Amino acid sequence: MAIDAEVLVVGGGSTGTGIARDLAMRGVDVTLVEKGNLTHGTTGRMHGLLHSGGRYAVSDQASATECIEENRILRDIASHCVEMTGGQFVQLEGDDDDYFEEKLRGCRECGIPAEVLTAKEAREQEPYLTEDVKRAIAVPDGAIDPFRLCVANAADAEIHGARIETHAEVTDVLVDGTDVVGVEVRHESGPGKRNHAKSGTTEKIRAEYVVNASGAWAGQLGEMAGVDIEVRPSKGVMVVMNCRQVDTVVNHCRPKGDADIIVPHETTAILGTTDEEVDDPENYPEEEWEVDMMIDELSKLVPILRDSRTIRSFWGVRPLYEPPGTGTTDPTDITRDFFLLDHEERDDLTGLTSIVGGKFTTYRAMAEQISDHVCEQLGVRGRCRTADEPLPGSDDFTVLRDYMDDFGIRSPIGRRSVQRLGSRADEVLMTDGPNPVLCECEAVTRAEIGDAIDQSGTDLNAVRIRTRASMGNCQGGICCHRMANELHPKHDEPTVRDALDELFQERWKGERHALWGEQLSQAALNYALHATTMNRDAPDEDAIDFAAFDGGQHGD
Amino acid sequence: MAIEDDVVVVGGGLAGMATALSAAQDGSRVRLLSHKESTLRFASGLIDVLGYVGSEIVSNPFETISQLPDEHPYRRVGEDGIRDGLALIDSVTDYAGGHTDRNALVPTFGGTVKPTARYPKHTAPGLASDERDALLVGFETVVDFDAPLAAEHLAETVPFDVRGITLQFLGDFRTDARVTRLAHALDENERIEVGGRGSVSESVPARIALAERVKPHLGDAERVGFPAILGEEHPDEVRATIGRKLGVEVFEIPMGTPSLPGMRLEAEFETALREAGVRTTTGNPVVDFEGTDEISAVIVERNSARIPFHGEQFVLATGGLVGKGIDSDRSGVREPVFDCHVPAPENRYDWFEDGAFDDHRFARFGVRVDDELRPLDSAGSPEFHNLRAVGGVLGGYDFAAEKSGSGISLATGVVAGRNASDEVNL
Repeated sequence: MAIDAEVLVVGGGSTGTGIARDLAMRGVDVTLVEKGNLTHGTTGRMHGLLHSGGRYAVSDQASATECIEENRILRDIASHCVEMTGGQFVQLEGDDDDYFEEKLRGCRECGIPAEVLTAKEAREQEPYLTEDVKRAIAVPDGAIDPFRLCVANAADAEIHGARIETHAEVTDVLVDGTDVVGVEVRHESGPGKRNHAKSGTTEKIRAEYVVNASGAWAGQLGEMAGVDIEVRPSKGVMVVMNCRQVDTVVNHCRPKGDADIIVPHETTAILGTTDEEVDDPENYPEEEWEVDMMIDELSKLVPILRDSRTIRSFWGVRPLYEPPGTGTTDPTDITRDFFLLDHEERDDLTGLTSIVGGKFTTYRAMAEQISDHVCEQLGVRGRCRTADEPLPGSDDFTVLRDYMDDFGIRSPIGRRSVQRLGSRADEVLMTDGPNPVLCECEAVTRAEIGDAIDQSGTDLNAVRIRTRASMGNCQGGICCHRMANELHPKHDEPTVRDALDELFQERWKGERHALWGEQLSQAALNYALHATTMNRDAPDEDAIDFAAFDGGQHGD
Repeated sequence: MAIEDDVVVVGGGLAGMATALSAAQDGSRVRLLSHKESTLRFASGLIDVLGYVGSEIVSNPFETISQLPDEHPYRRVGEDGIRDGLALIDSVTDYAGGHTDRNALVPTFGGTVKPTARYPKHTAPGLASDERDALLVGFETVVDFDAPLAAEHLAETVPFDVRGITLQFLGDFRTDARVTRLAHALDENERIEVGGRGSVSESVPARIALAERVKPHLGDAERVGFPAILGEEHPDEVRATIGRKLGVEVFEIPMGTPSLPGMRLEAEFETALREAGVRTTTGNPVVDFEGTDEISAVIVERNSARIPFHGEQFVLATGGLVGKGIDSDRSGVREPVFDCHVPAPENRYDWFEDGAFDDHRFARFGVRVDDELRPLDSAGSPEFHNLRAVGGVLGGYDFAAEKSGSGISLATGVVAGRNASDEVNL
């Protein structure tokens, strides 16, 4: 029987793309399939914290130790995705002294650099902290862009020979007796880069080995294969503010609870989070009380948040896994460890391994362990190099060049572009034509959009995650159509319109959770521009009787 | 001396200007208080009266008004009010469309056509019901408008041939030059270098340079459309020069912000207001008012000083959500100047729907008024005897979906201005 790939990886989040990169670098023939965009699932809906391990230093020291190790590695190999903001664990007046001491001791035991800051020192670092700060622990937390990281992992996997398919949903698992031999996928618009004009196709992909890295959806895939994987999806809200009210990750120093972290992320601050078990990773309530809780609780740490502008909210679903027999009832108590489920050992089904649980910060280490396991099954002897080789864009470039003259764009725009592109800046920005700014909130130019389109086809949401275009205060109202314009003339007008509608609706989906004050005013402006000035909400225009209208001086 | 006027208008957008002009023409002494730049600079410059009822396109708004719900502002002012509003715009501008009650269909920069009642004469040659072939011209750095894409969309429905091209705007302009900068170059007819032979460079006036670039692409087109950048001060001359050079009619396609047609409209109103003797105070917000059943003054905050502006009649023209005449927080919606009642669901998750163009409650937020356009409290009584509300601050309609914003501003502004003035002169 013909083999299409040695290994098929299901899931395009950090774990899946990390595995694909690792295996490809060892010379394995890998195909990765993802039902949506890269980062569609959990990876794309998190707050972007690069853990120092501080958050686990009391409750889960093994995880904490692993976090600080990976934190150091990612700073090196993913430098264009990481901003080393530093972090604070803030104790407020009235908080438990014992817990603070326990946290400090735990950090030191796990090898996490930790320094006690006085209230004055903490507020010098973060001027908007409440005056009720008693003291803080400074730790090397960072902020990481999960979109950029996944795209870079996938790009590197492709450079090493992997095939990456997005908008390719697994519809069946192919089993031959007791051996998994592949999957059937439905391509939303055929294999390769997405094109809204192409109709869907199905494909059987045969592989020697299948890795189930679909996260919160792992149970569904297991069901298709006839095995039971008890994933307990748990949702958490993220509230996005319009600017960086903090420049350091601010954690409330207290035992676990909701609404205890603020992460500065690019031009925004992200407030997190809740932990509510849900039945379905795709359909779950997105609730007002969760948004309100973030703002109300985190205002106790940073009071200015109460009156700040919120631009959108989104929910992530964590793929928590509980080993059989544990019987945990509170989802916040489920371990954050990851589990490698070898279905041959567990279920007498060969050719399939599932990965469940885990954390974004340690995705690389998880991928390494899984890849070691897969290579052992396949008899591949190559060793892991993912901790040593930088991702595309993260090669060394020690001095930010003066890009204002080189690329014909204003210095602040150039700086933002170079920060996003890292060492790929020359390659992308050296362009023949004029290079105007298309997204003013995020300072994204035509060259960057064009580069992202080259990777993404007509998928403007894939362009968005590569560039941050449409992620600013206007939430796409001012720039979605500009992005769509760049698809033409390579793609025809109905295709461009479909792509624009999809992006605009996706932007609306998160913005509608922030509809009060400034953002409701922005939403009303977006609605007016697109519905009135552009008349994009008009019903079918084919039915218009032009002769019934004012024809001007010539027509009447 | 106390500042005292007959009619005080709060808000300097289209509705406020229409109100002030109407009251002044009716013989009153009028004060117009304007906090920020008008939202007209965001507006397309078209005067929409009513473009859609539900999902049906409207060819004649006057035949459709009776289908509107009772709380709709047009039901308050009636057909006469709408006609008076349009008469005002006709008297202030040289807009086209007054020769018929029927809506015109104007191509948008997104490539759709939209119904509108009055349109700038610079837009008039571009109507979609006109059967002459058209060429659309876009510019590489005017990124909102992709002429070939828009033409491809239009070509699916309109009764004429339409093509689009994209040109580089000649001259040494910054890549991110605003459309206002390009318009200025055309206004001033700046000389633009266009290369030349050997070491000698050649420069040509901007209007001629632009026409020369378009000419080779003209083909059979009998009219040429540009994004609305053909000058802020002298669009007549710019259009005439380019048209003469090309031998065809030239038109503008309305754009988003910053909108030159919107700025021109604002300038024309400002001229009319000055000529009518309206006193305008700009740059500072109205933060409070004096009075209980009747307003005796509104308070303007200027450098932390609170300055009262006294009047007999007051008109609220602060706009809707976009212009911040209606404000909101997580717990509710309100009108911030006089604290007039704004009906809205208590739960903010009922303010919106799932789809971006769905039937949103927030799009209808605003104060409710009686037949005199006086804001009503939650019990249905006028909040103040001498206060009226006009334009976007009114609720009960979704201007973006039905395409009615400017028409409502004009109709309610004219009626309120006249009624307020009549009260003063009783």
